[in-house]
Amino acid sequence: MATQHSRSAARIMMAPAVILLLGWMLVPLTMTVLFSFKKYLPLRGGDLGWVGFDNYVRFVSSSAFWPSVQVTLVIVGGVLAITVALGVLLALLLDQPMWGQGIVRILVIAPFFVMPTVSALVWKNMFMDPVNGLFAHLWKFFGAEPVSWLSEASIQSIIMIVSWQWLPFATLILLTAIQSLDSEQLEASEMDGASPLARFGYIILPHLGRAITVVVLIQTIFLLSIFAEIYVTTQGAFGTRTLTFLIFQRVLESQNVGLGSAGGVYAIILANIVAAFLMRIVGKNLDS
Amino acid sequence: MGRITLDKVTKRFGTAEVIPPLDLTIEDGEFTVFVGPSGCGKSTLLRLIAGLEDVSSGQIRIDGEDATMTPPAKRGLAMVFQSYALYPHMSVRKNIAFPMKMAKMPQEEQDRRIASAAKALNLTDYLERRPGQLSGGQRQRVAIGRAIVREPSAFLFDEPLSNLDAALRVGMRLEISELHKRLQTTMVYVTHDQVEAMTMADKIVVLRAGYVEQVGSPLDLYHAPQNIFVAGFIGSPKMNFIEGAEAAKYNAHTIGVRPEHIAISDSEGPWSGVVGVSEHLGSDTFFHIHNTGLAETITVRADGEVGFRHGDRVHLSPRTDVIHRFDAEGLRINA
Amino acid sequence: MARSVTQQRKAINTAVAWAVGLLIFFPILWTILTSFKTEAQAINDPPLFLFFDWTLENYAVVQERSDYMRFLWNSIIIAGGSTILGIIIAVPAAWSMAFVPSKRTKDILLWMLSTKMLPAVGVLYPIYLVFIRLGLLDTRIGLVVVLMLINLPIIIWMLYTYFKEIPGEILEAARMDGATLKEEILYVLTPMAVPGIASTLLLNIILAWNEAFWTLNLTAAKAAPLTAFIASYSSPEGLFYAKLSAASTMAIAPILILGWFSQKQLVRGLTFGAVK
Repeated sequence: MATQHSRSAARIMMAPAVILLLGWMLVPLTMTVLFSFKKYLPLRGGDLGWVGFDNYVRFVSSSAFWPSVQVTLVIVGGVLAITVALGVLLALLLDQPMWGQGIVRILVIAPFFVMPTVSALVWKNMFMDPVNGLFAHLWKFFGAEPVSWLSEASIQSIIMIVSWQWLPFATLILLTAIQSLDSEQLEASEMDGASPLARFGYIILPHLGRAITVVVLIQTIFLLSIFAEIYVTTQGAFGTRTLTFLIFQRVLESQNVGLGSAGGVYAIILANIVAAFLMRIVGKNLDS
Repeated sequence: MGRITLDKVTKRFGTAEVIPPLDLTIEDGEFTVFVGPSGCGKSTLLRLIAGLEDVSSGQIRIDGEDATMTPPAKRGLAMVFQSYALYPHMSVRKNIAFPMKMAKMPQEEQDRRIASAAKALNLTDYLERRPGQLSGGQRQRVAIGRAIVREPSAFLFDEPLSNLDAALRVGMRLEISELHKRLQTTMVYVTHDQVEAMTMADKIVVLRAGYVEQVGSPLDLYHAPQNIFVAGFIGSPKMNFIEGAEAAKYNAHTIGVRPEHIAISDSEGPWSGVVGVSEHLGSDTFFHIHNTGLAETITVRADGEVGFRHGDRVHLSPRTDVIHRFDAEGLRINA
Repeated sequence: MARSVTQQRKAINTAVAWAVGLLIFFPILWTILTSFKTEAQAINDPPLFLFFDWTLENYAVVQERSDYMRFLWNSIIIAGGSTILGIIIAVPAAWSMAFVPSKRTKDILLWMLSTKMLPAVGVLYPIYLVFIRLGLLDTRIGLVVVLMLINLPIIIWMLYTYFKEIPGEILEAARMDGATLKEEILYVLTPMAVPGIASTLLLNIILAWNEAFWTLNLTAAKAAPLTAFIASYSSPEGLFYAKLSAASTMAIAPILILGWFSQKQLVRGLTFGAVK
């Protein structure tokens, strides 16, 4: 619905963004795919020629690969389960009438604004340190032996740190969704004799379905590539080496670019599967 | 000056033809109304004239000059939008001044025109307010004010009254008509409301699916509708249409009788039926008569004093001198 | 409307909600408190809550030792620069998509968003290589460009959803009133979209400020922002709790405050409008 003139103006005005993003996507992607078919060791001879699918095979067959996939999935799954479950509860709670609602909401949201390196460091040192951490004090107070969290329960600790960062996000979105629920629907179901539990199960939860899907998909995309939390706390030790971290180590620490790139292609495929689902939901939203 | 000529203008959106080849001339100083049901292409036609849409083919001339490719701002037309389209972040004064500012008019001239427009539209006390602080009618006036300060060769109105409540609508209708009388500038007005069309227009263009069904003065359209569509669209309540044997008596496929041209009585008349719903307007009463054997319902307009009730059997007499006759294609059969 | 709730019920809600809220906020609160302790008090057993000798010494030490201001300045330039650059590129693009939509608009938007899903680690080395070639490694301009590109899809998307809410008729009115495209965007669209542009600005500053993959991997010393400044405390120096806390507080305070202001817009921005 516009004139030829405005259409051509629109094309010109969109060009910079499209070209930049196209370049940002295509150039590194092409390079990664190219490298993945090469033996490429920048510090030990550089580009040593084509090797076909060698890197892909080696990456998958390395003893570190499957554990890293497993760790990735455990962390992503754990964080999703915790944030969605607690997020729904918290959203329901915050939706109730109370005094100081605005302040409570600010308190709950705060962790989301803390940069990942800070939150990892604070948790690592001030809470999870086996000697001076607050948890150690708490354990001693109850007569228990302090736990060396990040080495003995490393995955659980990382899930806990990451969940703390992402809980606000889940809560905020679920709260928004709850508030968009038509209160007449709830009143109607009350007139129909539904108990509070039935109202939650039959009205509220189905209404939240879409919001939960969005939370799960968006968090998955970010969680698949969590980096700073592991970089700062365990450096991938104690069974916390995720796929992202494994690739990072192959590329930057052992400087095996070919192998790392093959891993990168795997990560890209993984992310694209999730992204495809998210895009479908967002796309539907565009139509309405 | 403001004579607008459309010469074989067409408009397609993709493969859908919204306006088939269309010829139309709007004379200088004329108040022309485009009327038709929603989706008939009347707003698209207005936007083609405004230059907000490109024509797919054909030519638009303004005062004889080809304006087909001229950008909207250069056509010398002003437009009042359905939503008023006021700039919410500017005061009323700045809203009205905007087109003059864009034209880089000297400040004194701007002030003079704003003052006179504000006076004419009763906006003088509101010049420093934001549109958000005004009522619907006042916003409408600001939109008109913004249009008149440019002294355009023609005004374009796109359903300007549809967002107002019924009482205000009647008032604004009069104001716009008075404005036209005073300025004597060409106005092109789009509406789906046939009452607005009848009361305001010098010339009505009835559109359906992009086709011009009929062009004429309000009374032309009322007295001599060229086809069933126009006959049914113009006039309220709607014209009654009767087919079959009764129509054959008049050598027609279909005959049309306006509700105000049927007399109702309890004793005599060629047609008879049973009273269904009656709508009492006070001055008039509309009776909906069933079981006439002629059509589903026959609507009759009677004096407000006439007091038939639901279920009463009544007799109807149409005024045979004003019966409209149509052929099988729905076109008017002239006497 | 909901019926009035008994005062008792409201009191219980309030108590539970505040308890949960404080629990979630506690790590931040504890960090801020600890930053005002001496090192000895910070590791005192049992832990000290409010009754200790408040001191600002840690802040002075952190600034002196790690040159906090330099990192802060880098963070401001990188987060602010990438966001402003992004908005300058995004406004015309979002205008096009919101007001001159075509059949491909939806596809282009979704494609732009999908570039955001590209895992950074998959393209780390190529970017690293390109940066070395172009001499951009450990420069602020390099990071500004990368973070701008990372956030550009979100910026465009947010502006697009805000622009969509502005009725097209107003822009058409401006066109009828004789405004050129530039004047239309400058005098009509932008002023009307100020709230939307502001929240886009805020959210993207937050995202850029906290970005910790590229900022850690593409900087060494010169251009390192606060994420790297904090990461440097993960070494044994981290045992200095009070100083770590002071450094952490200094790193998160600006963005925490910004974030609280923009919490409402956050939902829309981060869900790409998929939740209303």
